[in-house]
Amino acid sequence: MKVTFPYMGTSNIVFKSIMEELGHEVVVKKPSKRTLSLGTEHAPEFACIPFKILLGTYLESLEEGADLIVTSGGRGPCRAGHYAQLQEKILHNLGYDFEMVVFEALTDSFKDFFSNIRKVAGSELSWWQIFKLIKKEWYRLMVLDDIERLTHKVRPRELKKGTTTNVFAEAQEIVAVAKTEEEIKKAKEKSFELLNDVPQDPNYEPLKIGIIGEIYVVLEPFANLELEKTLGEMGVEVDRSIYLTGWTKDHTFFVPKKDGVEEAAKPYLDQLVGGHGLDSVGNTVLYAQNGFDGVIQLAPFTCIPEIVAKSILPEVSKDWNIPFLTIFLDEKTGKAGVTTRLEAFVDLIAKKRDEARDRIS
Amino acid sequence: MSVRIGIPKTLSYYVYYPLWEKFFTELGAEVVVSQNTSRRIVDDGVKETVNDACVPIKLFHGHVLNLKDKVDYIFIPRLVSVNGEQIYCPKFLGLPDMIKSTLRGLPEVIAPKIDLRKGRFELLKIVYQVGSILTKNLLQIYSAFKEAKSYFEDFNNLLKEGYTVEESLKLLEGEEVNVDLGQEESSLKVAVLGYPYITYDPYISVNMIQKLRGLGAEVVTTDMLTHRQLDKQKPKLKKDLFWTFSGEVVKAGYHYCETGEIDGLIHVTAFGCGPDFMVDKLLELAAKDKEDIAFMTLTIDEHTGEAGIVTRLEAFVDMLNLRRKH
Repeated sequence: MKVTFPYMGTSNIVFKSIMEELGHEVVVKKPSKRTLSLGTEHAPEFACIPFKILLGTYLESLEEGADLIVTSGGRGPCRAGHYAQLQEKILHNLGYDFEMVVFEALTDSFKDFFSNIRKVAGSELSWWQIFKLIKKEWYRLMVLDDIERLTHKVRPRELKKGTTTNVFAEAQEIVAVAKTEEEIKKAKEKSFELLNDVPQDPNYEPLKIGIIGEIYVVLEPFANLELEKTLGEMGVEVDRSIYLTGWTKDHTFFVPKKDGVEEAAKPYLDQLVGGHGLDSVGNTVLYAQNGFDGVIQLAPFTCIPEIVAKSILPEVSKDWNIPFLTIFLDEKTGKAGVTTRLEAFVDLIAKKRDEARDRIS
Repeated sequence: MSVRIGIPKTLSYYVYYPLWEKFFTELGAEVVVSQNTSRRIVDDGVKETVNDACVPIKLFHGHVLNLKDKVDYIFIPRLVSVNGEQIYCPKFLGLPDMIKSTLRGLPEVIAPKIDLRKGRFELLKIVYQVGSILTKNLLQIYSAFKEAKSYFEDFNNLLKEGYTVEESLKLLEGEEVNVDLGQEESSLKVAVLGYPYITYDPYISVNMIQKLRGLGAEVVTTDMLTHRQLDKQKPKLKKDLFWTFSGEVVKAGYHYCETGEIDGLIHVTAFGCGPDFMVDKLLELAAKDKEDIAFMTLTIDEHTGEAGIVTRLEAFVDMLNLRRKH
């Protein structure tokens, strides 16, 4: 079958590899302007930007003959848990013929989860082979996340702007072609080497900004207008609070959370509100405790959990003396506008850091 | 002097007010309700609330401000799950926290977490937790709650008969209400579906239900259906909606489309409402399947003017009348 799946950051490399190993032909559509206008055209007006981008990539993939969409569900109360069902309805209504497989959390239904795996994997592979495949690809995903973490450290220190981004693209290719776990490990070492070889200023002390918010717009550079790159090239070291590996662990299996986010959020928000609302509040506290200079909240326009978080953040910001900036993104957000706001924010926190240092010395 | 407990006249007021009011008054408290929604309340709310929030949340802030200096406590229950399965919109879940973070100088907020997914016993615990603010007498608390519950049932029965929330409350207090619900067989029937805090708030909905009645249409709503009727529609959804109110609205829409008793379906929604973009699309697709049911979405926000809405309602009713003739 010709398969497509939600495109989100570097994870597309992993999903592509899984599907190809299962013997499917894969259609991967990197989101573009056209994707977004297609999605916007057929999505309800108040759907959030992840919904529109994904609907757009599905439309583009279906145009190219995809007939199976594999995606994930969710338990709410964030709206994204219903997206698969609604997108399926919209696409069928437009006359497309395809099948959709939705993976819900393992904890919801064991049976559905495994029968979905069978549906996607076909009947030939044994469970052991499937398990080994998933284990390998999980490792690839972790490697990609590790590499991306390193780029956040290298980029602000690079001597020539743009080098890190180019090397990162190269590294992704290297990881993508690795076949076995052994090769992935080598690809990781190679990528780290390449990144560490980027000429850097060793004495430069970058400002540190934590990125919080809704997972899709945080992970997908097209949705956030390459915010991490923009900040990095302004000389800011960013730390992302969400990675797909972390999210999957929390939401699919039985691994209890141990990172203290919930504890940190408790005085301000004592209730899970879905999506990453609670994480946004908790991580802001943690970033403040860890000496970050500021926090940027990224969220799609009309994102409910992040609106709840945003209305609580001013208090957190005051209590912990950490500045924050919220950027709500929709299909009309322009890059220049966002960049201006980022520049102003960075100027402010730089000044704040200087003043604090003057006071100490 | 008795303790004054303030209840903002919006959001869950339109669903649970009689229950709370009876409970608190039975325990000797004085219940103070914020004034009717007005320009002033809307503006005050808009000024304070985070700009990306929907109108109902902004309105809620306005109502809390309206109560602020008149009461000893403000009652803002954290509605998480009442039916033990579905939950409420995340903004409801975080409501007390949003209010406490945003508004300054509030009286003490009573914010019990109502999450009945934990089992039936949970409800008794919540009742005691809230009641114990007023008295330590366990027996008195539970008998007050029993009274409140039966009062609340009467209220729900009136809703089922077709009265609006406001009319039902008046009837409960023994006032007279001048509404003729026994419409003629031949009159148009329009379903007005939306969240109770929008459709029943006369200001924010610009009196939509009364206007439609005035145009000669019989109005049906979500509240006129029983839980059983709604549950029957569940299999039509591949995955039941997470949110209680949204699920009810969609199922009511499916019900009226199935029976075919309505001529038109109006979905009333608030600008920026998160769950509603899904509800709206689902209702639109359901109505699309039925050739003889017309569908319209009315989006209201803090700037909605009466004239604009009335024009659209009139046009809608005119169109329905024309369709009937052909």
